[in-house]
Amino acid sequence: MSAHANLERRRQAIYGWLLLSPAAVLLTVFAFYPSIATLWSSTFSRGTRRKPTEFVGIENYKDLFADPIFWQVVKNNLFYAGITIPVSIGIALAMALWANSKISARGFVRTAYFTPTVLPMIAAANLWLFFYTPGLGVLDQIGSVFGLPSVNWLGQPETALWAIIIVTIWKEAGFFMIFYLAALQTIPEDLKEAADIEGTSRWTYTRRIVLPLLMPTTLFIAVNAMINSVKLIDHLFILTKGGPSDASKLILYYIWEMAFAFFDAPHAAAMTILVIAVLGLVAAVQFFYLDKRTHYQ
Amino acid sequence: MTKSPFVVLDGIAKRWNGQLGVEGISLDIPEGSFTALLGPSGCGKSTTLRLLAGLELPDEGQIFIDGKDVTTSAASDRNLSMVFQSYALFPHLSVAENVVFGLKVRRVPKKERQEKLHRALEITGLLGYENRKPGELSGGQRQRVALARAIVAGQRLCLMDEPLSNLDAKLRNSVRKDIKKLQRDLGITVVYVTHDQTEAMSMADTVVLMKDGHIQQVGTPENLYNSPNNTFVAEFVGAPPMALIGTDALSGFEQGKTIGVRAENIQIVPKGEGRMSCTVNESEFLGSETLIGLDHANAAGLCVLKPGLSMMPEGDQIDITFNDEHLHVFDAAGQRLAG
Repeated sequence: MSAHANLERRRQAIYGWLLLSPAAVLLTVFAFYPSIATLWSSTFSRGTRRKPTEFVGIENYKDLFADPIFWQVVKNNLFYAGITIPVSIGIALAMALWANSKISARGFVRTAYFTPTVLPMIAAANLWLFFYTPGLGVLDQIGSVFGLPSVNWLGQPETALWAIIIVTIWKEAGFFMIFYLAALQTIPEDLKEAADIEGTSRWTYTRRIVLPLLMPTTLFIAVNAMINSVKLIDHLFILTKGGPSDASKLILYYIWEMAFAFFDAPHAAAMTILVIAVLGLVAAVQFFYLDKRTHYQ
Repeated sequence: MTKSPFVVLDGIAKRWNGQLGVEGISLDIPEGSFTALLGPSGCGKSTTLRLLAGLELPDEGQIFIDGKDVTTSAASDRNLSMVFQSYALFPHLSVAENVVFGLKVRRVPKKERQEKLHRALEITGLLGYENRKPGELSGGQRQRVALARAIVAGQRLCLMDEPLSNLDAKLRNSVRKDIKKLQRDLGITVVYVTHDQTEAMSMADTVVLMKDGHIQQVGTPENLYNSPNNTFVAEFVGAPPMALIGTDALSGFEQGKTIGVRAENIQIVPKGEGRMSCTVNESEFLGSETLIGLDHANAAGLCVLKPGLSMMPEGDQIDITFNDEHLHVFDAAGQRLAG
């Protein structure tokens, strides 16, 4: 190869690295290094005044697996994800299809649906606290009109997690709707007309044409919903603080508790590593498996 | 009793929020014919087609297809197929799935579906492409998929909305012939919307020329070319279009009229012998002939054809003449006068 071509190639390589470096530096400092540091600290014991930290290998993980609260929290979180992900996606899709059709006051409908998204989660949680509060809350007030007894939605183990789930769905669905709305706008009007001429029912059109064309969006939303089901816990601080008796405690809240309420950083680190591993695995499955079955335009 | 035409539009009008869409469209289309709706953009030709398809409902008038009043019927009850300008192919479905989509919706048995699919792909030359997605096809191939989808169900009426406008010029020529042949071989009735007069004139049995939501003239291509109803038709049809000359500029004519004459009927004559004197404003070499554009204060679109390469310098003064038998006379409102 001539020296000239070599020089050009090197120039291109340097140029490429320069473009990459800002993102690489930021990711290294704020994502890669903390992950590795967390992994590292999860293999050490918790230091006390009398017993300094020492390397314990997988001992912290063993502790976690033996901890019944950990399993309770995992079960809670799986249930929470299992309900919030499909329901919020379903509601978002239904709202988007409706807000995209030719209805009057379409702008109002879209804004109304989107409002929960722009509210900070803490504010939303306070709002719902006002709904849920026994006696004073809106739900109880409405219930009392029909002679129903007062219910402490947030205070009993059977309903606390459900109450949390409903707030999350209410918060997320409008956000996901925006993505669906954007995707729906990219479907050309004449596909509907072509289907109409063939005598396609609205349901068949939605199932055979619209849903497949929305698949890339659904995939994107599903990944986001999954991540949110782990990281969106602000409302727990306001509504239940994980109680009663851990009935509404989610993993991230438990990690926070472990690290900053019980000051047990190594166990919190171990739990964090487990969460990262599971999230990474699920995202990989979603992308590599569903991606093949998805049509991108 | 004579058999009524296959498709009848009777006094159709459609207005958009008070704005004009189409007005007073009445049209008889015999079975097995090729009808072109021609006109500049915004003339209402696509609206007329969409009204016929049932994608829009008319504000006034009636539509009959095969003797049945379908004015308010759903598109699917009109037994017709349609080719869209954008082709409207379903991007996530393969060629085969796109073509049989309608058959599947109508629950045609699988075996029959396969036979019809094979035949439609054979006719359109798409065998071997069954499993491709539209995104993996060229523009011409996509166009043929749209055609295959239109003919697979065997509907007797096929509507086409500018099906060639997304193809390049060379392909357009060959597809034009294919569509015409397809229409003849299958014996179907085609209503074809286009803004390209070459397409309309070369393919159609009947051309319907529209402007501002009104029909200007209905006739054979030859009819539109040789006896235009009004000055709009005269100026729209033909390349180059007919030149229009105010009679005030000419001696021997009644004042206040407009006469039209086509480029092929104008001759250049030596100075002093012509009926008009004009200035050359451009020379355009077309291959077998050269088109000389001429300026005259009282005329529009005046030009003359000279054989071979024969450019003339801009600004030259030349005299032209023409025979009275080739003239078209229009009144002050632009309507054709008898003769």
